[in-house]
Amino acid sequence: MTSSRFYRPSRGDDVYLTSSPIDLAALLLEARASDGALALFVGVVRNENDGRETIEIEYQAYGPMAESEMEKIAGALSREWPTTRVRMLHRTGRLRIGEASVAIAATSPHRADAFAACRAAIDRIKTTVPIWKKEFHPDGSSDWVDPTKSGDRVIR
Amino acid sequence: MRVQILHFASFRDAVGRGEETREVAPGTRVSDVWQALTAEIPHLARLRRMPPAAVNREYAAASTVLRDGDELAFLPPVAGG
Repeated sequence: MTSSRFYRPSRGDDVYLTSSPIDLAALLLEARASDGALALFVGVVRNENDGRETIEIEYQAYGPMAESEMEKIAGALSREWPTTRVRMLHRTGRLRIGEASVAIAATSPHRADAFAACRAAIDRIKTTVPIWKKEFHPDGSSDWVDPTKSGDRVIR
Repeated sequence: MRVQILHFASFRDAVGRGEETREVAPGTRVSDVWQALTAEIPHLARLRRMPPAAVNREYAAASTVLRDGDELAFLPPVAGG
């Protein structure tokens, strides 16, 4: 497609779960020769939720289905924004405050499409991909986050 | 026939294991398995309706008829991102 030495055409590389830290710098090298924009969204672990302090989060996934649902999102995005390429990575396992839990890189000839596809990707991931998170609190207690109760599902 | 049932997150904690194999009658639907689970697990019985289900890693309706060897999962509210 292009002669950029950074372009990796393998579709299998576009979506995956990983138990290792996400290499954000590598995502910045994804632009193709035809791209004029790269929008990068990184979700990071926050120190509170609904007013309760969090010290750590555990992400659990239905691995094969989560990857297949992310593939479906990527496929839909490529139909809606044909010139845009979206890569998405999601962490599993225990993460500390400030660690990247999800990263989405959208590259496109123009910034409007890159921003829009990137935004759509994270919004859809939160809706359909079978991944769950357990928050650990300073008092030793923990609980599974239920976005249908906390209002976290609302886009913000 | 047999189906494999996977449990995740709060459901896994409630059930006490991540997976199990169950013997079910031909014609058993996804909703029938959920009914059986709620009869056994008080935490699940508290839910007012059946959560989203997946058969062989695809979202599936409650009325889906299971086949021998299917992989079934009931999905607590997802919270990725």
